[in-house]
Amino acid sequence: MGEFKVHRVRFFDYMPSAIRAMAFNSHTERLALVRADGALEIFNFADHYFQEKVIPGQDGRAVEALCWVGQRLFSAGLNGEITEYDLENLRPRYTVEAYGGPIWTIGSNKQGTLLMVGCEDGTVKMFEILKERIQFQRNLERQKGRIVSLSWHPSGTLIAAGMMDMIRIFNAETGKEMQHDPESREVVVWSVAFLSDYTIISGDSAGKVQIWDGLTGTLVRTHLVTKWDVLCLSVSQDESSLIAGTSEGTVVQFQFISSTVDQQEEEWVRTRTFKNHSHDVRALAHTETAVVSGGMDTQLVVRPLLDKVEKNTQESAMRKIALPHRSLVCCAKKAGLLLFQFPDHLEVWRVGESDGHGEENTHTHTHTHTHTHYLILPSPSSSSLQVSKLPKDLCLGHQLCFSSDSTKLFASSRHSSVIVVALNQLECKYLHTLKPKSGESRLALFFSSSYFQLDKLSIVAIETTVTIYGSVCLQLHCTVPIYSSCPTAIAIHPTTSHLVVVHADQQIFEYSLVQKEYTEWSRKLQKQGLHSLWLERDTPVTHVTFSLKNPAHIILHDMFMFCIIDQSLPLPESKTLLYNQMTLRSLPEQERIRHSHAFKICKNFKHVMCVSLLEDHSLVVVERPLLDMMSQLPAPVRQKKFAT
Amino acid sequence: MAALYEGYTLCGLVPGQTLTNSGIQGIEAERDSDHVVVTDSTRSVTLYKVSDQKPLSSWTVKQGQTLTCPAVYNSQTEEYVVVSDNKVIRIWKDEDILLDKAFKATVSSDVWRVHCLPGGEPVVLFQRGAVRLLDSLLSAPQQPIEEVLAQEEAIRWSTNIVADSQQFVIFTTEQKGDSFLYLHRLNPNTLQRYRLEREEPGLSPLSFSASYRDKHICLLYLYPNGHVYQSVVSVRGLGGDEGAQALPLPRSLLLGLPVGEGLLEAASAQLLDEAHVAVVGVPHPSAGAGKDFLCIWNTNFQTLQAGKEMAGKIYGQLWTFSNKLFIPHGKTLSVIPYECPKSSLASALGKLKQAKTEGELKQMSCVPSWNNILHGDKAQPSRPAETRKTVSNFIKTKYLNFSVQTAPVEEVQREVEGLLSRADIQDLQPLVGQLASMLVSRSLADPAFYTPSTLAQLVHTQSLCHSVCPDLVLLALERRDFFLCQLCLQFFPDIPEAVTCACLKAFIRVVIKTGEEDKEKSSTPPEPICPVGLHKAVLLNEVLLTAYSDTFLLPHLKDLSSQHVVLFLQYLQFLYLKYSQDASPQMHGLRSPSLTQIMDWVCMVLDAHFTVLVMTPEAKGLLVNLHSFVKSQVRLVSELGKIEGSLQELNKMKVKKDVGQYSIEIIELF
Repeated sequence: MGEFKVHRVRFFDYMPSAIRAMAFNSHTERLALVRADGALEIFNFADHYFQEKVIPGQDGRAVEALCWVGQRLFSAGLNGEITEYDLENLRPRYTVEAYGGPIWTIGSNKQGTLLMVGCEDGTVKMFEILKERIQFQRNLERQKGRIVSLSWHPSGTLIAAGMMDMIRIFNAETGKEMQHDPESREVVVWSVAFLSDYTIISGDSAGKVQIWDGLTGTLVRTHLVTKWDVLCLSVSQDESSLIAGTSEGTVVQFQFISSTVDQQEEEWVRTRTFKNHSHDVRALAHTETAVVSGGMDTQLVVRPLLDKVEKNTQESAMRKIALPHRSLVCCAKKAGLLLFQFPDHLEVWRVGESDGHGEENTHTHTHTHTHTHYLILPSPSSSSLQVSKLPKDLCLGHQLCFSSDSTKLFASSRHSSVIVVALNQLECKYLHTLKPKSGESRLALFFSSSYFQLDKLSIVAIETTVTIYGSVCLQLHCTVPIYSSCPTAIAIHPTTSHLVVVHADQQIFEYSLVQKEYTEWSRKLQKQGLHSLWLERDTPVTHVTFSLKNPAHIILHDMFMFCIIDQSLPLPESKTLLYNQMTLRSLPEQERIRHSHAFKICKNFKHVMCVSLLEDHSLVVVERPLLDMMSQLPAPVRQKKFAT
Repeated sequence: MAALYEGYTLCGLVPGQTLTNSGIQGIEAERDSDHVVVTDSTRSVTLYKVSDQKPLSSWTVKQGQTLTCPAVYNSQTEEYVVVSDNKVIRIWKDEDILLDKAFKATVSSDVWRVHCLPGGEPVVLFQRGAVRLLDSLLSAPQQPIEEVLAQEEAIRWSTNIVADSQQFVIFTTEQKGDSFLYLHRLNPNTLQRYRLEREEPGLSPLSFSASYRDKHICLLYLYPNGHVYQSVVSVRGLGGDEGAQALPLPRSLLLGLPVGEGLLEAASAQLLDEAHVAVVGVPHPSAGAGKDFLCIWNTNFQTLQAGKEMAGKIYGQLWTFSNKLFIPHGKTLSVIPYECPKSSLASALGKLKQAKTEGELKQMSCVPSWNNILHGDKAQPSRPAETRKTVSNFIKTKYLNFSVQTAPVEEVQREVEGLLSRADIQDLQPLVGQLASMLVSRSLADPAFYTPSTLAQLVHTQSLCHSVCPDLVLLALERRDFFLCQLCLQFFPDIPEAVTCACLKAFIRVVIKTGEEDKEKSSTPPEPICPVGLHKAVLLNEVLLTAYSDTFLLPHLKDLSSQHVVLFLQYLQFLYLKYSQDASPQMHGLRSPSLTQIMDWVCMVLDAHFTVLVMTPEAKGLLVNLHSFVKSQVRLVSELGKIEGSLQELNKMKVKKDVGQYSIEIIELF
């Protein structure tokens, strides 16, 4: 295969925002997560924990709490508003002002008919959930001091509210305060959980997890968990397990079991401690099989509970999701430019010349947009882009793409449509809207364009569906057969016009746009099956590109490796060594042919955000080392010292 | 640490025309330590009272006559002796006003010097090397004087010394670049001639200084290249053969002084005591090339102890009488009191705890004048008040010394307390050492005298160390003052192993008396019971905490009786168990030994007494227990050894090269 010159780039200062809150929907197996900058992310736990959707944050939308009601997702924040999200078009559907000052917490009853929020002014406000909106119903009896946490009893009759120094129990029907459990002074009850047996569990700023009898208001048991705060609690669906997140980065599990073998009576016993975070654990979710946690250190950690999953399987492996499952880097192959996408601005850099280790990289342009997700692919011919007036329809675009001759711009829009805009030197003009055949209202997620014969093609992937449009005739060209897993990366080969799609379950498909069918190679791959080690990788492929020199080469990467697939070589058998580069290196040249297979995997680079092949056949690898990200975090409250 | 105090002017000088001569021919002691006779280089002799800085009387020879030798004072007859015009010896008394009317005698040969020690007889040294007692010379002034020296040999320097009630005249000569030392003993007369080893060609000694100690005469001489040599001659082995053969004189290099640029021209080195040398006319090591400095060096540790810049020209002359240095410089003759307390390495290096005071830090921060660094503010002449205080300290010290040697216990306590309560205690470190050694020697001499609280106070100042007063700990042991012992163990950084062991022995012996009662009470101990009483344990802990070197300690440990050894081991075992169980050994008081210290002591005691212990039946259980400790330690170490490899790998991983923000690399795929 030969030598590659690699531009190893580590100056992309991408810094994700801290995780503020999360909510898990056990029916759809989706985890909703908000970050400190207000960005919302949806992870599909059924599909390899893939980050399906991202709704960018907005200034002043500091989300404090999230709540699923069926398929609908609500959030509330310190701006005093309740927001429902449009998960199809990836934007807030509407916001409702609660008029109670900053909102600290949100919750719904089990029936999904009522929403309640806890406000700074000491009120708990009830909203009725209607089909298209929510409507204010009433206030519960107003308290002195803010309502920090809320939990609804499964029966829907009682509500526990955590406040400063106390927990109050309300009757949900009458709104009257029933009783309260006094706490010691100067304590914030950060989180409460109301169990069906009328047990209330609280986590507070004194570092205690306390178990109360909700009927009598008496304290049953106190567990001192940390010297700092217990910030969040989460109870499993069957109420047999409870997890508490602390400021020192630990998650402590409690289980409702009998403490000794012969004892019949069950109680809450502290069982396990997980330490997967360096900073505050701000958000927790207890799924059927795993503990999901996130916090100040920006990583989402899925820690399977080993008593719930089969040991030593892929399912039992811990996952840390530190980088987004989308490509934030774009590479102009001819010009040697790199475009970095930040939440609020873009940076363009030029890669250096090969005279040793030139710390070159010219910063060419910075386009600043506020909290948008425009992805600008530097067009092949135009060196600079002057955006003067944009058509009105373009104001909400999640993906952008230029045609290969730079005359057209494609932008994804609401209802899975694609807007086509003509570009010339001075202005851009609205041309056409490509609409999906079925009236489904889902948003385009993936988008690419390529030159194919005389026609220009663009691709739209709608969740699991991949649709192809011809961009000259502006008609639907074809639809790729539906596959169960989300596509994570899509590209069209510039010469053969084969479409390569990689899915969240690590499957690779090659589809011929001419024949409108899977290619021979793709069929062979499916027949033989991918190597088990390939399928066991736990980060999705986020970018696919091709070699201009050798059409048989496909280059793709995930977070921990990049791979050049040589379609001319035999596919690896299930018994052959997948990661065979070290072996090949040690072999004499003649024997290498015999042992080599199609997957050339290089694991020299870690935390890869982009791998691309420039026109001069040199590789660009953009890394974002986790240690660099960690070093930008504030100091944690407690640092682990050896042997302490 | 040796110190130079603020000096004062004794008199002005009338330097000779050439300016190379200070105008002073010599200074000699008079009746007591406060009187000196100064002879100038022309015609007059002046008697000074030093502390008053004023002349008491003065005598002058006639115009045309010159004094050729410094006047000396014969304390036996209370007469002054001087030589004028090389051959005329003049003798007069204090009440004689005119020198011309005094006794005169003319001798047949040129006189080099007249020497007279306090209480000794005046001796006349002729220029050709002959020696006569003054009395016998005057009985026949014109008697023939023999020639001792060779043709081109000339005397450079001379002195006399009383050693074991025998008087010696010592002089050095120079002949064709060679230097010789003559040792002339009087009654019976013997003469020994030594040849000094040659230094670099063309260099001859600039100054000499001699002293007598331990039946040896010690000669110190300074060469222009800054080398200070010492030669030691035994007074016993002086043979009879009349200096025909010049014996080679072995020498040892005491100091290599910094000379700056070029050679020394006018410099002098004077022995102050066995460890200190005062040097004048040599550059200060940290103050550039200027040579106008007076310094005190410690020859044992080769450290500069004190230094002082002398204004004006230095003539290379230096005298010392009773803790005062007399030094002519510029146009004055200055008197500089000094003090050289017994030195320890710690104090010589300035390492005693008290040295790191705020004041010193302050001086370190501003370094305009090195004068400041050495003396602090007290040396700055711009502060007369401070100066006066220092001088008064000095005088007060004298008084205190006197009272400590004679006064009753209560008064001594009061005096010392008064002294220690002063704020500037840090400046008094030499004094504290002096006081302590005086108190100790008095206590040793007088069984009725003992001042435990005063000694404890002195130890508490942390200005003391064992080498300053080596008898203190033993005195405390002798008087069974265990509190003082404990203090000494705690505060002295340099207790020898023998003394540590003596303390240990004494402590254990005390322990046995009360310790056995404790053991009786607890028949079946449910948990480890301390085998010794509480305050004995405190004492033993202090021993365990002392620094030691096991090679030196081991032989002394062997002196312990087996009974004591068993008890001591029991105590160590108790400590080991206690600390290995307890997470917080601080519970037992602030000064408790560490686990490693305990283990080290266990090993050492076992090393010293293993064969005896094996034979002792009551030690059997103890040995088995200790064996199990060792086993657990061995297991721990072997476990640590197992992870050593992994830890080293971790280390290797750390040196992984830093990639940096951007680099271009070449990778190869196969």
